[in-house]
Parts: sequence; C-alpha cells; structure tokens
Amino acid sequence: MKLSEVIKISWEAITKNKIRSLLTMLGIIIGVAAVIMVISISAGTEATINDQITSLGSNLIFITPSFNRGGAQSFTSNNRGGLVFSDAAAIDQQVVGVTGVTVEQGATETVKANGVTLTSISILGSTPDFPTVRDMKMASGSYFTQTAVDQKQGVVVLGSSLATQLFGTADPIGQYVNVGNFQLVVIGVLAPKGAVGGVDYDARLYMPITVVFQKFTPSQFARFRGNEVRLIYVKVDPKAKLDDVILQIQLLLYTRHKVTASNPDFSITTQQDIIATQESTTAAFRSLLAWVAGVSLLVGGIGIMNIMLVSVTERTGEIGIRQSIGATSDDIRVQFLMEALMLSALGGLIGLFVGLGGSVVFGSVSGMRTVIVPSSVLLAFGSAAIVGIFFGYYPASKAAQLDPIEALRFE
Amino acid sequence: MGTQAIIETVDLKKIYGMGDATVAALDGVSIQIKVGEFVSIIGPSGSGKSTLMHILGCLSRPTTGQYILNNQDISNLDNKQLAAIRNKKIGFVFQAYNLLSRTTALRNVMLPLLYDRTDTQTQKDKEKLAREMLEKVGLGNRMDHMPQELSGGQQQRVAIARALINNPVMIIGDEPTGNLDSHSGAEILSLFHEIHAQGATIVIVTHDPQIAAYAQRTIALRDGQVSSITHNGHGRKQ
Repeated sequence: MKLSEVIKISWEAITKNKIRSLLTMLGIIIGVAAVIMVISISAGTEATINDQITSLGSNLIFITPSFNRGGAQSFTSNNRGGLVFSDAAAIDQQVVGVTGVTVEQGATETVKANGVTLTSISILGSTPDFPTVRDMKMASGSYFTQTAVDQKQGVVVLGSSLATQLFGTADPIGQYVNVGNFQLVVIGVLAPKGAVGGVDYDARLYMPITVVFQKFTPSQFARFRGNEVRLIYVKVDPKAKLDDVILQIQLLLYTRHKVTASNPDFSITTQQDIIATQESTTAAFRSLLAWVAGVSLLVGGIGIMNIMLVSVTERTGEIGIRQSIGATSDDIRVQFLMEALMLSALGGLIGLFVGLGGSVVFGSVSGMRTVIVPSSVLLAFGSAAIVGIFFGYYPASKAAQLDPIEALRFE
Repeated sequence: MGTQAIIETVDLKKIYGMGDATVAALDGVSIQIKVGEFVSIIGPSGSGKSTLMHILGCLSRPTTGQYILNNQDISNLDNKQLAAIRNKKIGFVFQAYNLLSRTTALRNVMLPLLYDRTDTQTQKDKEKLAREMLEKVGLGNRMDHMPQELSGGQQQRVAIARALINNPVMIIGDEPTGNLDSHSGAEILSLFHEIHAQGATIVIVTHDPQIAAYAQRTIALRDGQVSSITHNGHGRKQ
C-alpha cells in the first residue's frame, strides 16, 4: 500500500474520534510544551545572569566580613572581626595589580525634600571610585570627590528613580534634602542602572562613607561600628593574575586583623565564583524540569500505547477485512504505526504551539525572561515522534499478528 | 465450460488440538473444481465446510495434504505469499458483507487494488475500474454512499463488486444470502449467476440445501469428509 494511502487511512481513523484522539495526545502535548517552556525559561534565566554579571563590572573581587570564630579578642573596632575603612585604603596602596578599590556601608533613613517624604530609603556610603568600579554613569552633576570624603562634606548623589520621586522633572542639583536629622545638598544624579541581583541601585542615595560613619551609624553601636564597612570591592587589572591579587589581599588582611589563614574574619569572592554558583543553580533547575518534561513525554507515550491497544481490539473486524482482501501483516503494522506516529506528531505540533505561547505568556506574567531556542523545538518534536514509534510498535505488532480467521469472526 | 481443474485438493486434513485431544476438522478431502464452474459446498455446522472454505480462500493452511490453485501448489506458502494470493486470485463475499464502515462504497471496492504490490495503475485508473464494477452490480448511483446508508442487498452488491475488481480466479461466497430477506437473497443469487455466465468460477458455502441447489454441482461434507457430490444440472435460475 502506498504511503499516501496509509497516511489517508490513519488521518481518517484519527479524525473520526476527535475527542479520544485529543485525549490520547494530551500527554504528548503537555510533554512537548513542557520541554519548550523549560528550555526557553532556563535560556532566559541564563541570559539574565549573563547581563547581570556584565553589569556588575568586570574583574571584580568582593571582600565581605565573616565571623571570627576565635572570638577572644576584645571588641575594638580594629580586631573585632570584619572590615574597616582603612583596610580598603591599605589594599589600594599595598596590593599590586589593583586598579580601584571602593567600599560600601549602608544605613536606612527617612528622606524629605521638596515637600515629599520617603521612609526607609537605603543610603549607600562609598568612595569616589564607586561609579568606576561598579560601572555606573552620571546622568547629571558629578559624584563626590576624595576631598568630600576626607572633609566629611554633607553632599549626596541620587539614584535616578529616587530623584524622580523627590523632584519630579525639576533639576535636583543644588537642592537640599533632609536625611534623618541632617540637611545635605544634592550634587549629582546617577544614570539608571536597574536592579542587579535583586538590589535596586536606582532607588538609593549615595554619600561619602565618612558621612555615613559620622551621622548615620546608630550611636549605641558607634563604639564598634565607627568605621566598619560591609563590603570592599577591588577592581583587578585585567593583566594581573587574579590568584596573586587574592593571595596578596589575604596576607595583608591576616596581618592587619591579626588572624590566621585557618581562622579568617573575612571572605573573598570573585565574579567567577558567582557565575559558577548561579550557573550550577540554573543547571539544577533545568535538569529537574527536563526530568519532569521527560516523564510527561513518557506518560504521553504510555497513553498512546493504551489507546492504540484499545483501538486494535475495537478494530479487529476491520483488520480481518483488510487481511481477507490481501493486506499482509506488514501492511497492518505500518497502518497502526502510522496512526501512532501521526497522533504523537500531531500532539507534538499542538504542544509546540502551546509551549511557544506558554513561554511568551509566562514571560509576561512572571516578569522572567524567556528565550525561544530553535533547537528545543526540534528536540521536542523529535522526541514526540520517537515516543510515538516506540509506544506504537507493540500495539501495531499485536494487530499485525492477528489471525485472519479469528479477526473476521470478531463482531 | 472449461474442463481444466482450476482448484484441486488432495487428501486435505486440518487437525486442531494436540495429543489425545485432537479434532480433525477436515479428514481427507479431495475435490476438483473446473474453470468457470459454479459449485456449492454444503454441510451442517461442524461438518468442516468453514474450515474447507478458509483453506480454499487461503486464510489458513492445511495440516497435511495439497491444495493446488491455478496450477500452483499453495499448501506451504508463508503468510505474506498467502496474502498476495488472496489479493490477486480470490474474491470473498461474506455473510455480514464485511465492508469498512466509515468508507464510501467506491473506496471499499478499490481497497484490494490498494493492497496490490504489483499494481502499476494510477489512482484514476483504479477509481475508474471501481466505478465500472459498481455499475456492473447495479450501484452506479450509490458510489459515494457509506455502507450504513445502503440496504443489506446493496451492501452485498458492493462486496461482490469488491470481490470482482482484481479479476480473481475464484469467488468464494460464505453464506452470502444469510443476512438477507428472501427477495434480496434471490437478487444476490441471480447476480452470482450473471457473473458466472460471464465466465467466473464461483464457490458458495452454505448450510441451506435450497441455496446450494442454485449451483451446478453440490459438494456435501459430513464429519470432515466428502459425503456426496450432486449435479444439479446447468446452473438453473429460479
């Protein structure tokens, strides 16, 4: 029998019972849609991470305080554990291969300006290197200078969305803002940076770290926190060896903090570490979802086998008629295999559109980025076809092995 | 009338079961049917007539013995070869018509051509041939009807057209009037006579002596053996 005839017969068999065919295909539809959505979501996540990493600035080392498990030293600001402002200066001056160092210390205050009051605004104290190290640009005005840091000048730079909230479209440069109990003058506005790693850099207020130390550190803790920083960023010369720079920083800080390598009070993270962590998270996420999609395809295949077996039984009479007029067992097998293949291919096609549509809808509803990967379409469709042939083979063989006399007797 | 035997069986046996529990459905049947003959095979249930029909129709093989169809010994062909013989040389007409229910009369008639591996006709030629066959059985105006839209007699005519389309060596009717009222049954029998008059070899299997008497010759079976052969004169019409 010609292939076109076989396809025609299979198509008639599928369309004559549409609801059943649709239910048969449901597993495949879900499986294929899941494969496509999983891949588009994880590709989108990967793209987002890559963007974030690029926007963090290149060749960054992050130094953060960690608990000193020795803990026996007295609570003086210099050996309590943690990082202090002068550590940053020491790294900048003594470590070879460093092109910039900046620090971060935060506080939260109520901000008033122009008749607007905003509570719980994050203050980020830093040094003049901050925009360079973090790849941030000015929209207007300028960032504060080293002189401002040294003299603890009451100046602030606004994040772009904060500036809009406080001053609307008016130019905030030269305007005063009340931060907590202090009045400071705006000298610049940063260009929008967006959220990086869940931190919205545009809704913040930037000022010299010395001002944060002096004015915004709660007084009862000032004894301990006078010049403590929560993060030191070190920008490394691209030509320098990262490991060398890390080793130099470690030795310097061991000496300064009077701790040993086995018992440090700080930890160093590189951008590579962050990339690796995030990548392994996405990989785990992706493989989990891939398993779910795979199981769904498997269940879909079993569904096809189930219905094909029922169909073979129901159509025993038809098989007998075909055999009596000269159909060979190969003809019968091919006919039922084609039916299974077409069911799964059709299911695959429907699943394809569900998956593509689902990716777009999921992306816009959840705000997560989704990227349609062309090869995932092939992969999903191909596995649907393979599932169809694999799970269609047994019912088709059963049909092919029917004895013509028995089949003809079937009512 | 030709005198050459187109069908010959030699000591056909069909044995079911194993060991002591064996049953011989056919126990040494030797018959000859000539080209262009109209033969009926009659017998009560259990006589072995269905088993004989299945072997003659190449739906099953004898346990022992020979079956020669059109000078070819087909007793030991494999399933695939038997399917090809059914397709090319045998036309079946069943009691329950056995048409594909969701397929038009025309496509039902065409079906044997679609399973013919050696066929080189175009789709158009096949359709033309199927139309001719349906016209021949008087259903020229029912080609695109589904079987359930046709009466029993009409369905059986479609089945006869299907049996004729491959120009078979022999047409086998298995109780072809069994599901029909007497009027439609008579029409089908006269259609068989028409086809016979045009030179076809016809074998009808029945339990009804009246139907069997329409044939030129009646072979009676009992307990798996030929019990009598009766000549009914020249295929008389009712």
